[in-house]
This record gives sequence, C-alpha cells and structure tokens, in this order.
Amino acid sequence: MSTFRTLAVLAVVAAAGAAMAVENPRLGKPLSEADIKAWDIAILPDGTNLPPGSGTAVQGAKVYAEKCVSCHAEGAKGGGAPGAGPLVGGEPISNGIDTPKTIANYYAYATTVFDYIRRAMPYNMPMSLTNDEVYALTAYILALNKLVGENDVIDAKTLPQVKMPNRDNYMIPYPDRI
Amino acid sequence: MSTWKRRRRAPIPEPVAGNGLIDRRILLGRGLAIAGAMGAGGAGALTGAAAEPLKDDPWSLEFGLNTPALQTPSKYEKDVVRSLTNPKAEFRNSHARTPHHLLNGTITPNSLHFSINHAGIPDIDPAQHKLVIHGMVRQPLEFTLETLSRYPLVTRMHFLECAGNSAPMFSSEPMQVTAQAIHGLVSNAEWTGVPLSVLLDEAGIDPSAKWLIAEGADAHFLDRSVPVKKAYEDALVAIYQNGEHLMPGNGYPMRLLLPGYQGNMNVKFLRRIKAVDQPAMSMFESKTYSQILPGGKTWRFHFLMNVKSFITHPSFGQNLKGPGFYAISGVAYSGTGRIARVMVSADGGKSWAEAALQGPVHPKAFTRFVMPWQWDGQAAVLLSRAWDEAGNVQPMRAEFVAARGQSTKPVTNPLAFPNQHYNSITSWSVDSKGEIKHVYV
Repeated sequence: MSTFRTLAVLAVVAAAGAAMAVENPRLGKPLSEADIKAWDIAILPDGTNLPPGSGTAVQGAKVYAEKCVSCHAEGAKGGGAPGAGPLVGGEPISNGIDTPKTIANYYAYATTVFDYIRRAMPYNMPMSLTNDEVYALTAYILALNKLVGENDVIDAKTLPQVKMPNRDNYMIPYPDRI
Repeated sequence: MSTWKRRRRAPIPEPVAGNGLIDRRILLGRGLAIAGAMGAGGAGALTGAAAEPLKDDPWSLEFGLNTPALQTPSKYEKDVVRSLTNPKAEFRNSHARTPHHLLNGTITPNSLHFSINHAGIPDIDPAQHKLVIHGMVRQPLEFTLETLSRYPLVTRMHFLECAGNSAPMFSSEPMQVTAQAIHGLVSNAEWTGVPLSVLLDEAGIDPSAKWLIAEGADAHFLDRSVPVKKAYEDALVAIYQNGEHLMPGNGYPMRLLLPGYQGNMNVKFLRRIKAVDQPAMSMFESKTYSQILPGGKTWRFHFLMNVKSFITHPSFGQNLKGPGFYAISGVAYSGTGRIARVMVSADGGKSWAEAALQGPVHPKAFTRFVMPWQWDGQAAVLLSRAWDEAGNVQPMRAEFVAARGQSTKPVTNPLAFPNQHYNSITSWSVDSKGEIKHVYV
C-alpha cells in the first residue's frame, strides 16, 4: 500500500513536472505573411525577396546627385559628412589587417548593396527611396566600381548574378556553430 | 597585548611568484591581517602617532538630503561616466564605453553599460512595439512587451562584448590610454527574458530553417543572421537588465541576447525574426563584423567572443602611491563557458601565480579575479591570463600577433577599429614612482 502510494505520488509529481516543462502560454498573436509584407525587407544573397523594379547606372547618377552626394561626395569618394565612407575603389585587403573595407574589395554579394541602401539610406530618411531608385543607385555604385556596365539593367534577376571580387575569399572559424 | 604582538610577528608568507605576488589563500579569513602586517609602512601606520584625534564631520551634524525617487551616484562620483565617441551629436554613429578602471565587482551598472548605436537610439513607445516571428514557420506570430512579460522568464548573468572591443591593441605600438578606452566595449549584466526557443517552438519553426534574420526597429533596421542552433542553445529575448527594463541604448524595450556572441548580433530594439535557409549577408555581417586576416583572407561568421581577461586595478591612470600591499584585480570572461583559472604575473610574464576567483563563477559572464601583491617599489609589469572550462587559453601577444597580425603603422586614434576579436593579454608597467603605462610584453 505504501509502495503504491509512493508510486502514485511520484506519478503525479512527474506529470506536473512534465506539464510545466512543455507548457507554453501561447500568447503570440497569429499573423499572415501578408500582414508582415511591409516589414519583410531583408534580401537574401540568391535574390530571394528582391522586389519588382529596375534601374541603370545612368539613372542612378541622377538619384545620387539629388539624395546622396551631400554626404558621400562627388564620384562617391566619401568624406562629405562624418562617417560617410567611400563607395568606390579600395586597396587590396592583402595590404594589411587594417585595410579599409569597401564594396569592391570586401562585399561578398551585390544584394547587400541593394539591401543596405533600402533599409538605411538616406541616413536621415530610411525606407524613403522607391525600389527603382534603389536598383538605380545600386547599378550606379556597382558601375563606378566597374562591376557592371553603365547601361546594364539591374533588377531582381541580374543583381544576384553580379560576381563580387571578394566573394569566395573567406574561412569560417567555427563551422560547428552554424 | 602579548598575543596581538605575537600575531603581528607571524611569519611572512613566501611570495608565490616574482616581484611580490603572494599566495591567493591569504585572501581567505585571517590572511589579510598577515598581509597587512607584512609591509613596513603598514606596521608604521599602526603604531604611528601622526593621526589627529577624531571629531565629528559637518555632514553628521546637520539633517541630510531628502530621499529621491530615482537615486543617482554621489556628486563625488561625477567622473565615473562612459566615454563618448560622438559628444557633439554629429549625424553619425555614437559609442559609449564602460569605465572599468573606476568600477569593481562584476555587474556593470545600467547607466554605465557600453552602448553602440549605428543610427541613433530610437524613441520606442513600448505599448506600440511589436516583435514578429515569421518565415519558415508553421504560424507567423506577433508578440508585445506585455505578452512576453507573461511568459515564465529566465534570469542569467552574461557579458556582452562588441567584436571591436580592445581594438586599440591591434596597434603596432601600445596606446597610452585607460582600460576604459581599450576594453570599454564589454559590460556584464543580469538579463531577464524569454528563451527564444520557446517562441520559435510556438511559431512551429521548420526543421530545415538554419538561420534567423534578427532585425531591430532603429533607423537602419539593423539586421544580423543568427544560426538557429544558437537559438536552441541559450538565446533570450531579453526585456530586463539588472532587474529593470532595458536601457534605451541597450535595446529598449526588447533585444536579442546571444550569450558569448559578438555584441552586434544581439540585435537591439528587436522587432522581427525571420526563419530562413541561408544567411542574409547583411551589411554588418558582410563588411563591418567580418575580419581581415594577415595575407588577405577573411573570417566570416566569427560569432564567438574568445576567452579574455584584463587587469582593472591597478591600470593606466591609477598611479601607485608608494610601496606596500595592493590587490591586483580585473575581470575574466569567455564566450565558451565558465572561467576556470586566471594567472597573474608581476614580472612581465617570467613567473606566474594563480589568482583567486570571486564566485559564483557564471558561464559566459564576468568573473572577478584578485591577486594579492606586495609592491617593493621597483619596476614591475602586471599581466593577467585566463583559461576557460573548455581548456581555451588567452593567447600571449606574440602568438596572437603571429596569427592575427597588427597594424602596419602605429594607430594614434584610440577610437579606430584596426581589426576585431582581440583577446590577447594586456600588460601594465609600473615604474619606481608608481606610474603606470601600457606596454606590450
């Protein structure tokens, strides 16, 4: 009897413990992906999530002159405002561990240029550019770096195909953490 | 009286390493009395007749100030502040560094926790803020501060360190700056929040999702890719910091906390987590928080903040006031787990002694170490070196530089980031006047 009682108590304790361990208050409010669309801005390197639209370097030069030049300076050389680095050129990164990193000498994917302009630029008005303007600015900057031609149309199909010089020059120090 | 005298003549403990390091066990119990007795200066002070008779101070003889609702430090602590990189509020990023050389213990007060803001600190109304989890999940979900507060919360002690912390030490010449300037981009706090795994389970994450894009509500919508693996290891959505809601500069009203991983990944003002099958290669992971190695290869996804320690007392800016007893102390931490051991040297690394660790020793958190030291007034060089429970050891500078390199020319701006993930040893030299300099050993 006492053994039975002990087992019964243990069973109750175990059940309570298990219930506590798996219990989830489930307080998240269900949404649909359509509800989230305006926030769903991250572009993946394979082009996933790139929006409709397109632009060329020639079109981008006009947008740049209007919305970017005050900080990034003529020819995207940088230095027009504190913290606005160059968007063109760059020394070989084999020059030293403190070589300034640039789009041309460092970025692995051209999609990063589109993604960052759209989410963060202009610095005082993020998310204010149209998708066409972002494509055009991306084309302009890539063309200044001679990574695309001046008249190349940059869109959701062509942008992921731009091969960035530093893409494969990396190692992952702790692959087991991924 | 005679007993007292006999105790005063207790045998002087043998130094355990060069230049006056004393066995850490004197820090236990009666040991401190022995240490006090060791110095000729200490004994002189005990018997000296120079002291004036005590009298009551003016602040004791009048009614004090009223008790405020939110208390702030004494006016005499006005210099204990963070150092700023953008004091004139120019239109660019802004950083604030923790004054480690003016603090003790292991908890960084919230007002002094380091903070880096790439696009300013957003002024978020907590009642309007939302966190969305979506992408490769069965059911996208929205959470608020109010709903998260109703989950069973967990509380843990963790350090948070910018990948660029200690970057001045990539300079080929040692910069003469404080521990705050060198190491001020790491802090340690007690964080309280909801395990991210609980929220991902509730949304029903697809087992083939390998990455989470975590994004903030700042004016950069700063985003980083985080392995799902880390979410199920120990990640939190933190809503409290040292018992109060997060500071605005530390992510109010909610942030990602990835214990032991580089600060920037611990996305502040967290508003969105998207489960995906590939990393986003956001600007911050593609460029800023990827590192150039000697010869021109690069590191990608170096998330881990490796084992490290530095001496905060004494350190640059705190000159010694004469020979005698000092407690050398500092902090040690590792992104891998608990600190297992800290060794200290006072002779530039020729000999070492084990420091006392102040418990409890939490994983991925600051552990304070203390090393009793009898300074004889001669030149000394103080170093600390940490080991973690996984056996990782803080590298000596020569081996670190051989693997990671240093600047081609001496760096003169202590705010520059010549590279990242510096975890080698910090050395402070003491000259015969007690003046402390930063040196490389």
